[in-house]
Amino acid sequence: MTAYLIRRIWQALPILIGVNVLTFMLFFVLNSPDDMARMQLGDKRVTQTAIDNWKAEHGYHLPLLYNASASGIETVTDTIFFQKSAKLFVFDFGLSDSGRDIGYDISQRLWPSFAIAAPSLVIGLMVNISLALLIVLFRATVIDLMSVAVLVVLLSISGLFYIIAGQFVMGKLLHLVPISGYDTGLNAIKFLVLPILIGVVAGIGSGVRLYRTFFLEEIERDYVRTARAKGVHEWVVLFRHVFRNALIPILTGVVAILPLLFMGALLTESFFGIPGLGSYTLDAINRQDFAIVRSMVFLGAVLYIVGLILTDISYTIADPRIRLANS
Amino acid sequence: MTLVILTTDALLFLLVIGIISFGIYAARREHLRAPWRHVVRSSIAVAALIICSSYLIIGLLDSIHLRTSPTATQVVSVFDLWCDSLRTRDEKTYSAPFATHALAKETVMQADGTVMRVYPRLQYGGAHLIDPVHDRNSDILRTALLGMIQGLFAWTLVVLAVIQLFAWHSRQPFNTALTAVWRGDTDIPWRTAFITCAALFIVGFISAELSQHYHILGTDKVGGDVFYQSLKGIRTGLVIGTLTTLVMLPAAIVLGIMAGYFRGWVDDVIQYLYTTLSSIPGVLLIAAAILMLQTYMTNHAEDFNSLVERADLRLLFLCLILGITSWTGLCRLLRGETLKLRQADYVQAALSLGVRHSTILSRHILPNVLPLVMITLVLDFSGLVLAEAVLSYVNIGVDPTMHSWGNMINSARLELAREPIVWWSLTAAFLFMFILVLAANLFADVVRDAFDPRMSNRR
Amino acid sequence: MTTPLLAIENLFAVQNLSIHFERHAQPPIAVVSGVDLHLQRGETLALLGESGCGKSLTALALMRLLPPAARISGGRVQLEATNLLALPEAQMRQVRGGRLAMIFQEPQTSLNPVLTIGAQIAEAVRLHAKPADRQPARVTRRVLQLLDSVGISAPARRMRDYPHQLSGGMKQRVMIAMALAGDPQVLIADEPTTALDVTIQAQVLQLIKDLQRDTGLAVLLITHDLGVVAETADRLAVMYAGQLVEVADCAQFFAAPAHPYSRKLLASVPTAAQRHGKLAAIPGRVPPLDQVSGGCRFAERCFAVQPRCQSTVPNWQQVQNAQQVRCHLWQNGAVDWTRWDTAPPASVVTTPPVAEITPPAHLLEVIDLKVHFPIQRGLFKRTVGAVRAVDGVNLTLAAGETLALVGESGCGKTTVGKAILQLERPTGGQVRYAGVELTQLRGEALRQQRRALQIVFQDPFAAMNPRLLVEDIVGEGLQALGIEPQRARRRQRVTELLDLVGIDATALQRYPHEFSGGQRQRICIARALAVMPQVLICDEPTSALDVSVQAQILNLLKELQQQLGISYLFITHNLAVVSYLAQRVAVMYLGRIVELGMAAEVLTAPRHPYTQALLSAVPVIDPSARRQPVRLSGDLPSPITPPSGCHFHPRCPLARPQCAQMEPPVVAVSATQQVRCFAVQWSNHCVKPANDAK
Repeated sequence: MTAYLIRRIWQALPILIGVNVLTFMLFFVLNSPDDMARMQLGDKRVTQTAIDNWKAEHGYHLPLLYNASASGIETVTDTIFFQKSAKLFVFDFGLSDSGRDIGYDISQRLWPSFAIAAPSLVIGLMVNISLALLIVLFRATVIDLMSVAVLVVLLSISGLFYIIAGQFVMGKLLHLVPISGYDTGLNAIKFLVLPILIGVVAGIGSGVRLYRTFFLEEIERDYVRTARAKGVHEWVVLFRHVFRNALIPILTGVVAILPLLFMGALLTESFFGIPGLGSYTLDAINRQDFAIVRSMVFLGAVLYIVGLILTDISYTIADPRIRLANS
Repeated sequence: MTLVILTTDALLFLLVIGIISFGIYAARREHLRAPWRHVVRSSIAVAALIICSSYLIIGLLDSIHLRTSPTATQVVSVFDLWCDSLRTRDEKTYSAPFATHALAKETVMQADGTVMRVYPRLQYGGAHLIDPVHDRNSDILRTALLGMIQGLFAWTLVVLAVIQLFAWHSRQPFNTALTAVWRGDTDIPWRTAFITCAALFIVGFISAELSQHYHILGTDKVGGDVFYQSLKGIRTGLVIGTLTTLVMLPAAIVLGIMAGYFRGWVDDVIQYLYTTLSSIPGVLLIAAAILMLQTYMTNHAEDFNSLVERADLRLLFLCLILGITSWTGLCRLLRGETLKLRQADYVQAALSLGVRHSTILSRHILPNVLPLVMITLVLDFSGLVLAEAVLSYVNIGVDPTMHSWGNMINSARLELAREPIVWWSLTAAFLFMFILVLAANLFADVVRDAFDPRMSNRR
Repeated sequence: MTTPLLAIENLFAVQNLSIHFERHAQPPIAVVSGVDLHLQRGETLALLGESGCGKSLTALALMRLLPPAARISGGRVQLEATNLLALPEAQMRQVRGGRLAMIFQEPQTSLNPVLTIGAQIAEAVRLHAKPADRQPARVTRRVLQLLDSVGISAPARRMRDYPHQLSGGMKQRVMIAMALAGDPQVLIADEPTTALDVTIQAQVLQLIKDLQRDTGLAVLLITHDLGVVAETADRLAVMYAGQLVEVADCAQFFAAPAHPYSRKLLASVPTAAQRHGKLAAIPGRVPPLDQVSGGCRFAERCFAVQPRCQSTVPNWQQVQNAQQVRCHLWQNGAVDWTRWDTAPPASVVTTPPVAEITPPAHLLEVIDLKVHFPIQRGLFKRTVGAVRAVDGVNLTLAAGETLALVGESGCGKTTVGKAILQLERPTGGQVRYAGVELTQLRGEALRQQRRALQIVFQDPFAAMNPRLLVEDIVGEGLQALGIEPQRARRRQRVTELLDLVGIDATALQRYPHEFSGGQRQRICIARALAVMPQVLICDEPTSALDVSVQAQILNLLKELQQQLGISYLFITHNLAVVSYLAQRVAVMYLGRIVELGMAAEVLTAPRHPYTQALLSAVPVIDPSARRQPVRLSGDLPSPITPPSGCHFHPRCPLARPQCAQMEPPVVAVSATQQVRCFAVQWSNHCVKPANDAK
């Protein structure tokens, strides 16, 4: 397993290099550092000296790729590319455009984000799988038909609606949970309940419908017929045979959910005032803080790849064919 | 009056022309017709299609832009001219649906010099009523009834015309056709189509009549008519939903097929490309790109002729960047399918008959992956309409000056906390979006069932 | 419990069973009508029929496992005193896998891939064991015992394996072990060996026979293979278009089949005896089940059809004591079949095919052909090994001759075909056509050579682009190679080609899905012939078709060869087809040719032990033609790590230490026959021809 892990991390490296180069191009080729400075200083008639000062202050005064005025190794290291992009590989994010240490901010905000994302994912999976199995048990009946209709309606509703309506009903009308905010330690739970609940409910429509088709696909396989021919009860057929096999496409599909988690984090965190990475990014977008957005793009890719590897590992556990081929 | 052609307008009409010409092409080919026949025979699909078309008509009307006079800087669409009254009759601030008075009290100087706190009459909403408190409800009822009668009349004309056409086409007397439609034993579910149309006509005419005299969905903070804004949001939703996939379609098809067919280093490069792109979470990529675009536009403000043009360019760019994030999925799908098709016996047979690679690609591979493209196109639509709202909500979507459901929700985000609570902007935006997305989802389901061979085997 | 209606000696009885398919907004289709069957202890009844006749649905109905759209419309299924169709579902579950067990056609997909085979068998054991026997230790003991009884060695180790670690034959054994877990009285075997190779098929059939002998199990064997029926069944029931048409004792049936359909079916099995004649093919196709009307369902295709056959449904007629037939002919006693044995058609009286008289001039020469597929791992695609699909094959093909390339699945025979056509680029060796070295050609030069060699594939459903018209499919080569660039001329030529293969010109403007399997295969042949090839590689062209349709295609291929003088490289696993069609035979084992010779030599006096085993494993209808069984142990080894020396030595009954060390040389045992085996040289251990029964 260790060898497998090392191989996977090794494979992720060229992708991260690609991401790095891509962000560099996006941030420094379309717009020059001068443009950025102008944007930050906020005045169109800003003087060139003010721009130069700002650039020097934030380390954008260096050449992009090659520093002809430096000597030795510094021709390469004393450049924007090396200082601002390549250093991301060692998670050295540098200072934000407003002068704060990005690495420190991220480390502070990682935990609240995780406290929302992980339970949303896990509870969401459990709820969706259970509901899908229940619907499949009643397949080809009116219950099935009605459920699918409800699911289509659910997934046609904007995620924003779930957030706004959820907050309105749970917080404002029923006063069950605080509307927004965050606290440390166990006190955080009461702030987390609503975002997690909304995250789970918002995912039911698409999740259950997808898993239902996975289960239906499995239920037509030959081995299910074999199990029935053994005299196995329909419940056991579903939970022992079909479920185990459908878990494989479901886990593969989790990869597709990961980017949605980012989207969800962006929305819920800012809406509920939770100091996580999502609200951090959103604030940075609104303040037009390039350094933070750039760091978050890279960090997002890293987290995505980590998620990908974790999914692969769980996938490996679920499928003996892959497990035995890897070991 | 001069015609102004914005880039997205051109692309949108190009798309419509493309769809129509594909329809004419497909009509003569059985294998292309068969799945569509399956689609139009499903009553759900027909109802959904009619609802989507009504959105499409409004969207297209809103995509013909004009400059009313050569000197005017303002660019308006045909739709704007049609709903001129809606567009121009702004109140001062919030007012509830069908209100005749403003939502908040105002200090008014009476004729005798005393000052009073009253709910002032609206400038346009229910302005024709002499005694609003007494007359309003009956006036609304009367106007609605008038609208309904108009709607039913127009509907009857349309239905009779269609049944006449149907009778003429299937060579049967009008009465027989009418009975067949009435009983619901026609191949295409005409009855469902007519019922859907009836609902649309009635709702449409009633709202048209009522909106002449009232703000039927209220007004927003700056007094703009919410009904008008919701209708304007349609075009933005449609553009995002259709152009996004379309913009990236050529790249996805070409690269996906090439990777699957030529394999080797071509495959490696293309795979690397899309793995890298897809490993950046879409929202972040969009955020970064939009941020960069904003910077560029602020620094090069002189390059744009008008605000509309600038907003339009941002919309197109948003489509492009959304396309880049969704492109990888289709590319991967097409690569896998092409890998399979390449090993298909008929491709092997073509190779052994000495058919050139280019011919194999165009004759054997492309036509057999098109259903996949079609399914992706239709399935992606609703997701993109929803995504637009979310992105605009977090300020990385369309230009803030552009009418869109996302912008409506964004500007109304805190209104639920007001006292008295202002619910209509949010509700209107969600409702318009929900109907479109639901119709698109239902339609997409039927299309997928019709095109996906695995699905059709199951029934 | 209901009182038994039927005679007490019947263990299992099916009475008047009918099944229909529910359809949306359309009347239901009756797919099985009025089936009567009965089984006694220790007996094997074969239910014989071609694809789509309703035999598998019947089997599923007996288990009450029909797919949701199919319903039992009436009838009675009686297991001893129990009426199965009247049981509540909970009690039926006790019967399923308990007194009544079933095994399926595809062992590859019939086992759950994520559970160990031990767990899957244990599940069946627990379901049907007495409560006291459900302790884990006892269940495990029973699982081991079951695995042992189906001949799986080292069961304690094997029970922890997952299905993908087992070969097809082993999986079918596991399926049988699972079926035996509940000590069934009746076993329904739905095409249990169709997906397996002949040598494995022989093992599995033998296993079922042994179990039957030991336990008195009654077996309902569902099959389309007449040979399997003849070798394993006691009685048989023939099914056609959802109805039984004949029920008989096996001996009586094969001596004198009574229904016209049975007679034609039996005659359409290719044999060496018929090689100079035409096979009896049944014209037309099975009527679609929603279009059957009153009257005999076979009437459309029957050679002895009479007016009343179209209008009146035939009743059962007694032929002999245990033989009954549903046919009007037997109404007035015995039938004289000679009335319809008309003189053979003119085309049958022909000279023997060219190659048997003319000395072979080599048209195609394959020298030391190797195709290795690299196995790549990791980021930089390191090559860590190779699948040696073809590992040094030598072949020659003369003009107008048919060479059969025979072997079991995975031996590399299809790859040889594709490598000759350069569809798969050879790793080594040469392919020479008319003196031109094909392996060195690239691009345009190769494209121009393509017209000489063409291919016909196994699956006619996958071999045509579903989005093209037949005209464009057949004309594809004419257009690509610039033979008929003009559309009108091309259409003319395509019409001629379709006529040549017996397809009407109306087919031009139709799509492939509108044709039946046999018709599609004809269109595929027309497409290949369009460019006037000299060599046609036929890759199992009939193995996806029913026997009666297979006969049509074989007849067509033979006629075409006589008309056009083309050569066939006929790739197949079906030895009956070989004996009918081929002049020479090459037998392949794990990437190499082990024996090559004239068909008469190889099929009657095989010299390689593998050929002998292969031939003896083929089920044969005629009891007098059966060979001494040479049963092979084990399965085909992996071509990634083939055994050292002679690839066959781990399974060879004659193997000596020498075989594991060196590759055996090619030894000519006659002017035309070559064998790659040491044993032919061992003077006093000379390999006896295995058919000493003759």
